[in-house]
Amino acid sequence: MGHLASNMAPLAALAGGAVIGLAATGLMLLLGQIAGISGMITGLLTPVAAEWPWRGSFIAGLLSGGLVWALIDPSVFGHIPRPLPLVAVAGLIVGYGVSTGGGCTSGHGVCGISRLSRRSIAATCTFMAFGIATATLWRVLVGAVR
Amino acid sequence: MLAAFACGLVFALGLGLSGMTHPGRILGFLDVFGTWDPTLVFTMAGAIGVHMPLYWLTVRRRAPVLAPRFALPTKRDLDAKLLGGSALFGVGWALGGFCPGPALVSVFGGRSDNFVFLIALVCGMALRKLGTVPAVAQAGRT
Repeated sequence: MGHLASNMAPLAALAGGAVIGLAATGLMLLLGQIAGISGMITGLLTPVAAEWPWRGSFIAGLLSGGLVWALIDPSVFGHIPRPLPLVAVAGLIVGYGVSTGGGCTSGHGVCGISRLSRRSIAATCTFMAFGIATATLWRVLVGAVR
Repeated sequence: MLAAFACGLVFALGLGLSGMTHPGRILGFLDVFGTWDPTLVFTMAGAIGVHMPLYWLTVRRRAPVLAPRFALPTKRDLDAKLLGGSALFGVGWALGGFCPGPALVSVFGGRSDNFVFLIALVCGMALRKLGTVPAVAQAGRT
């Protein structure tokens, strides 16, 4: 076992998480939809037009939130500490993976676990386990993870 | 649709506040046996701690405020697609440090590596859909 990073920000993380939880609750209470971001993007790529307006609006909201952060505090964004070709491969794998697995950290992780969904709990344990295994392999074979 | 927009906006503010838009932080979280950064545990605890009780209160209603019914998944079986796809996602997550939400929110951060990740992410999803969409269209016709 290693040691803890020195630049943790547990309170901001807890508060940010609570805000995410509120946003997910808002979407369920108002529109009855699960806040699954990969499903929304994937949905916009498929010809089921009835779902486009709310999915498109949520994603426009996400992008606008990013614009707000860019204006008030661009330090929330960060560099990906990997060579560019690997960044592209990572993006492809994540896109293909979440489309196949039917969700990511938001839909399976936050919403699915809150709903006590068996599938989402299994999915979250799986991507956490494979993420940790990959990061560990990277450190052993390549060097510093970040 | 203003409701969905507002929820997306708040969601993005939460992602930024929690540190999820820093790929280095996510990579540090997944490096459990190295210099571990447990920040994401607090994000998940905050999100689930708030959403779980409020979700169960919400679905006691007959219907959502602005829609005729709740759209909830009914599948319960654990299949190869769910687990294989999630395993792939985990591998990609540990290589790039982004999941889909933070990748979208970071577009305005102005970093070319963030942008490359997002474009590749959408291509990966499209690649997956190329296999399934023609089948769905076919089924719709018959």
